[in-house]
Amino acid sequence: MSVVEPAKVGALVFVAGILQVTIFSDIAILGGYPDVVLLTLVAIALLRGSIYGASAGFAAGLLVDTANLATLGVTSLLLTLAGYWIGRYGETTGRDRAHAPFVSVAVATILVQFGALFLHYMLGDQVSAKTVLVEALPPKVALNLLLTLPVYALVRRVLALASQPETATEVRLLG
Amino acid sequence: MPRSRPAGYSSRSATALKRRIVAGVLVLLSLVLITIYFREPAGGSLHGVQSAGATVFRPFEVAAERVARPFRDAYGYFAGLIHAKSQNEKLRHQVDVLSQQAIQNANAAAENVDLKKQLRYVNSREFPQKFTSVFATVVSRPPSEFQQQVGIDRGSSSDIRRNDPVVTADGLVGLVTAVAHNQAQVTLLTDPSVQVSALDLNTGASGVVKPGQGRGTLSLTRVDKAQTLNEGDVIETAGWHTKRLTSIYPEGIAIGFVIGASQSEVDLYWQAQVDPRVDFDSLRSVIVLVPKSRAAR
Repeated sequence: MSVVEPAKVGALVFVAGILQVTIFSDIAILGGYPDVVLLTLVAIALLRGSIYGASAGFAAGLLVDTANLATLGVTSLLLTLAGYWIGRYGETTGRDRAHAPFVSVAVATILVQFGALFLHYMLGDQVSAKTVLVEALPPKVALNLLLTLPVYALVRRVLALASQPETATEVRLLG
Repeated sequence: MPRSRPAGYSSRSATALKRRIVAGVLVLLSLVLITIYFREPAGGSLHGVQSAGATVFRPFEVAAERVARPFRDAYGYFAGLIHAKSQNEKLRHQVDVLSQQAIQNANAAAENVDLKKQLRYVNSREFPQKFTSVFATVVSRPPSEFQQQVGIDRGSSSDIRRNDPVVTADGLVGLVTAVAHNQAQVTLLTDPSVQVSALDLNTGASGVVKPGQGRGTLSLTRVDKAQTLNEGDVIETAGWHTKRLTSIYPEGIAIGFVIGASQSEVDLYWQAQVDPRVDFDSLRSVIVLVPKSRAAR
C-alpha cells in the first residue's frame, strides 16, 4: 500500500482546514459561510470510501479545533461520522451518480449543523438555535452547494493524479 | 458530473468489519478527546498539545491570510459598493436622528444650567421677599423687531396676573402684559411702552430706565444733573411706594450697567446709556414674581 494516496488526502484536508479557518470562515454571506472542509471531506469520502472519509473527517476536525482553540474532539466526532456515512453512501447507493456530491453536501451540511448545535448544547456552551438553524443554515447550504462542483472536481483531479486503476479501463468484445 | 475513477486504495473493497472498526475507533477517540479536554484544567496536557498545534499551524494561517488578502480586499470593495447606497441612506438617517438627539441634549443641558442659576437666585437673599416665584419657559419670541414681547408657558392657572414683574437670575426682564389660562405675554424692557424707576446703586442717583436708541439697549433718563453718574455703575429697580400706589417692580432687581453718561448745558438731565444684564435675545426661561399676598388668597 503506497503512502501517496493517504498523503494526498492529508494534504487536501490540511489545505482545506487552513483555508477554512483563515479565509472562508470570514466570508459571511447573508449570515452563513461556506464550509470547504466539509466539501472536501464529502469529495474524499465519495471518491475513496468510508474508511478514508472517516479518517479524513477525524483529521480535519482535529485540525479545525486545534487552529480555532475549540474543544478538541467535537468537530472530529461530527466529521468522522459525516465522512463515514458519506463514504458508505458513495460505496453503495450513490456510486457513480452525478447528483451524489450535491445530495451528500446538502444532507451533510444540515446534519453536521444540527449535530454541532446538539454537541455544543450538551457541553454547556452558549448557543442560539435560531441563529444556527434559521439564520445561518440556509445560506450555508446554498453556498456549499454552489462550491460543490469546483471543490469536487479539484479533489477528484488531485486524487486521480497518482491513483492506479485497479481494474481495466478498456474492454474488448470477443466473438 | 464526471464519474469517479476507481482507485487502488479505495476502502470500497475493505471488509465491513474493517470499516466499522476504523469508524468506531475514530468515534471513540473523538469522545475520549472531548471528555479529557472538557475535564482537564486549562493548563492540562491536551490543552498544551492543542496550543502547540495551533502554534505550528500559525505560519500556514498567516501565509494563507496574506495570499488571500488582495482577494478579500477586492471582495470587500465590491461588496461595499453593492451595499454603499443602502448604507448611505441608513447612515444619513442615523446622522439625522443623532443630530436631533444632540440638539435636544444641548438644549436640555443649557436649560439645566439656566434653571439651576435661577434656582440659586430664588434661594438667595437678593430675591424679593414679598414675592413667590413661578418658573416659566419661554415658548414664543418676538416675531419682528417691532414687537418686544415673549410668550411664556404659565398663565392665570399659576396665579400670574397682568403687570406682574418678570425676572431672571441676571436681572429684570419686563412685565406681564397679557394673561391666558396657561400662557402669558411678557413685554420686555426694550419695548417703548415700558419704563422703570431705577437708581444708581453706587451713587444713589435716581431716574427712569426706558428703551435706548439701539436694539437691545436701554437708557437712563430723568437723572438730575446735580446727581452723579459714573461709567460702570450698577442700575437697579427703585421700587418706590406712596400711600396709595406702589411700584409694580420690587426694589433691588438689577437692570444693567452704565456704559456711557454725558450732560450738556442745554440738557436738564443726564443722558446715560445702560447695558442690560439680561440678554433678551436668548431668553429660555424666566421667573414671574407673584406677590405673596395674592398667592395666600
